[in-house]
Amino acid sequence: MNFDFSDDQRMLRDQARKFLTDQSPPRVVRNVLEDSAKAYDDTLWGDMAALGWMGTAVPEEYGGAGLCPEDLCVLAEELGRSLAPTPFSSSVYLATEAILVAGSEAQKQKYLPDLAMGETIGCFALAEGVGVPTPRTISVTASNSALNGVKEPVADGDVATFAVVLARTGDADERGMSLFIVDLSDVEREPVETIDPTRSHARITFNGAQGELLGAEGEGWDLAQKIIDRAAVYFAFEQVGGAQASLDMAVDYAKNRFAFGRPIGSYQAIKHKLADMYIATELARSNAYYGAWAITTGAPDVAVAAAAARVAASEAFNHSARENIQTHGGMGFTWEFDCHMYYRRAKLLSLALGGERRWKDRLISQLEARNAA
Amino acid sequence: MDFNDTLAEAEFRAEARDWLASQAPKREPGQSYEVRRGDDALVPHAKDWQAKKFEAGFAGINLPKEYGGRGATRIEQIIFGQEEATFVTPPSIFGISHGMVVPTLLAFATEEQKQKFVPATLKGDEVWCQLFSEPGGGSDLAGLRTRSARDGDEWTINGQKIWTSGAHYADRGVLVTRSDASVEKHKGLTYFFLDMKSPGIDIRPIKQISGASNFNEVFFVDVRIPDNQRLGKEGEGWRVALTTLMNERVETGVRPAPDFEDIFALARNLLIESGPAIADAAIREQLADWYIQTQGVKLTRLRTMTALSRGQQPGPENSIAKVVTSSKRQRIAHFGMDLMDMGGIMRDRDAIPMQALFQDAMLDAPGNRIAAGTDEILRNVIGERVLGLPREVRVDKDKPFSDLAALEK
Repeated sequence: MNFDFSDDQRMLRDQARKFLTDQSPPRVVRNVLEDSAKAYDDTLWGDMAALGWMGTAVPEEYGGAGLCPEDLCVLAEELGRSLAPTPFSSSVYLATEAILVAGSEAQKQKYLPDLAMGETIGCFALAEGVGVPTPRTISVTASNSALNGVKEPVADGDVATFAVVLARTGDADERGMSLFIVDLSDVEREPVETIDPTRSHARITFNGAQGELLGAEGEGWDLAQKIIDRAAVYFAFEQVGGAQASLDMAVDYAKNRFAFGRPIGSYQAIKHKLADMYIATELARSNAYYGAWAITTGAPDVAVAAAAARVAASEAFNHSARENIQTHGGMGFTWEFDCHMYYRRAKLLSLALGGERRWKDRLISQLEARNAA
Repeated sequence: MDFNDTLAEAEFRAEARDWLASQAPKREPGQSYEVRRGDDALVPHAKDWQAKKFEAGFAGINLPKEYGGRGATRIEQIIFGQEEATFVTPPSIFGISHGMVVPTLLAFATEEQKQKFVPATLKGDEVWCQLFSEPGGGSDLAGLRTRSARDGDEWTINGQKIWTSGAHYADRGVLVTRSDASVEKHKGLTYFFLDMKSPGIDIRPIKQISGASNFNEVFFVDVRIPDNQRLGKEGEGWRVALTTLMNERVETGVRPAPDFEDIFALARNLLIESGPAIADAAIREQLADWYIQTQGVKLTRLRTMTALSRGQQPGPENSIAKVVTSSKRQRIAHFGMDLMDMGGIMRDRDAIPMQALFQDAMLDAPGNRIAAGTDEILRNVIGERVLGLPREVRVDKDKPFSDLAALEK
C-alpha cells in the first residue's frame, strides 16, 4: 500500500505550481473577469499546450504523453489552485475523456491528436437550463443524426471546435439517449452570463446540425454517466486546489491583520474557523486521492469513489471560499480583493457536473448497489 | 499511489484473517462484543484476547522483536486493525498502554526497564494508566499541581489526579508532577512511572452520564517512588509528557460505534412513514455527509501512515481524525434515535435495534469530545501547529508557577 503521489508526480506538481504561479497569477484571472470580450486567456492556453498538458492522459499513439489519470489529477489540483482561466476542464476532463471512453478507433485517430496538442477545444453539452437533466427531461433530439434543440449552459461552448452532445434518439428513457460529436463551426451559439465570468459559457441552439454518433445508439446515458464519474474526480482535484488556495489566503490574512492589538488569527473564533477549513480540505483531498486511484486502476467501486470525491470536494471548496471572505471582513467583499474569484469558482464547479444534493443521492445509491452485490 | 496490498502485505492480511477467523466470529453491521467498553467485566476478556494476540505474534506489530513486538511495519499494524474490526472481539483496554506508554518507555526508560515492562505490557499482563489531568489542569496540562519532592534515592508524591481512565484496574501508571514551583510552569515538571498498588494511593471511580465509570480520581498522600522510576531528567517532565501525548492519537483499530455502516444499516432496515428510511432524501443527504467524513478520516490516516513508513514522525494532522470522529459519533447516535421516533428513548437492549448501540452512544459520546484533547484544544493545535497561526496571548507566560494563583483572584 502507498497512499501518496510518486516522486515523479510530486515533481510534476512542483513544476506545474511554479509555471502557474508565474503564468496564471490573479492578475491574469482578473483580466478575463473584467474583459467581457475575453472568453479565456489564449496565451496561457498556448503555453499549457506547449507543455503538453492537454495530452497528459492521452495514449502516445494518439499524440499524447501516455501518462495516467493520476498525473492529470496532479495538474488539475494546480489549475484549481490558480483558477487558470482556460477551457482545460471542458476540453480535457470531458471531451477528451468522452472520446477515450466511447470513441471508435477512427474517432480517436481523428480527434485525439488535435485535442492533445490543444489545437482544438472540445466541450460537453448536457444541461438544458434549470433543473436536473434526466432521460425524461432531455429535449434535444437527434433524428438521422440531425440535432435540434437548445443546450445551456455549456462551459466553453462559445469557443469550442466541437461539442459532445447528449440527445434523445428514442423513447424518453435511458435506452433512448445517445451521444453525438457535433462540429460547432456553423451552429448558432451565444455567450451566457454566469456567476463566474472567468470561465465562459454558451447557449447552443441546434437547428438540424449533423452529428456523428459517439458510442452506440441508445448507450448515451450510461456512457455520459461513466464520463461524468471520471470527470468528477478531476473536478474534485480542481476543487481541492481551490479550497487550499482559499485557506492559504485566509491564513495569511489572519496572521497579518491586527484588531484590538493582536493578529486576528490569535483569536479562537478565527483560528477554529480556519481549522475547520483545513479539516474539510484534507478530508476532501483524501477522498480525491482515492478517486484518482480508482479511475487510474479501474477499481470496481469507481462510482462510489467518484461520488465521494465529488461531494467532499464541493463542500470543501464552497466552505473554504465562503469563510475566506468572512475572515477578510469588509475587504473580502470588495471587487478589488481576490476572495470573490474563488467564491465564484467554488459555486461554479460544484454545479458544473450536477449539484451537491444530487451527488449525495448518487453516492448513497451506489453504496446501496455495492451492498446488495 | 496504490491502495492495493503488496504481495507481502496481502500475505500478511491473509495470515491475520485466517488467524482471526479461527478465534472469533465475523461481525455483522451494528454488532459488537457482548461486554462493552467501560464495563469492568470487560477487563478479563480484553486481557485474554490480548494474550492470544501476543502468542500469535499480533501484538506490537510495528515494535521491535527484542521487546516482544513483531518487527513489522505500521502498514501491517493497520492491516491487522482493519481485519480485526471485521470480527467480534473485545474492545481494547490497552490504548494508553500500547499507544502512549510503550513509546514513552522505549524513548526514556533504561534497557533493563524496557525488557521488564514492554513485553509484559504487549502481552496484556501489565495494564497502564496515564496520571496527567488534574482538577486545576486538564486542557492546560502544564498547570498541574501534584507535587514531587526528592528525598535521597526516592521521591514523595502528594496531590490529586482526575479523569484517569482505567486507574482502578491498571497495574502501573505514568505520572507528571511539579518538582519546582519557583520556575515557569512548563519548566518545573518531572515524570515518573509507578506501581498503582503503592501505599498512599486512593482511587475513587467517577460515575459518568452513561452510568459507567471509565474514569477515576486518584489521590496521592506521601506516595514513595524510587528515583530510578523517573523518566527523563528532573525538570524535563514536559518533554517526556509531549512524547506520550504525541502518540495519543496515532492509535489504530478502535472502531467508533455507531459509525457510518451502522446508521446505513439502520436506515436500510427501519421503516418510516414513507417507507424504508433509506429512501428519504433528507436522510440520504445526511448519510452522504457521514460517509465522506468516515472515508476521509480513514484515508487521511492511511496517508499519514505512508508518511510514517517513510520515517516521518506522527504530526499534529492526526488531530483531524479525533475532531471529526467524536462529533460524528454523537450526531449519528442522535440521528439514529430520531429515526426510531417515539420508541427511540428506550434503552432496552432486547427491544431496540442493534442492542441499543445508538442509545448507549448518545449517553457516552459527550465524553469523546472532551477526553484526549477537547474539540476546542484540537482546533487550537491545528490552527497553531499546522497552519502556523499566532498563539493566544498567554498571561502566565514567563511567570514562576508559584505566582500564577494570583492571576485567578
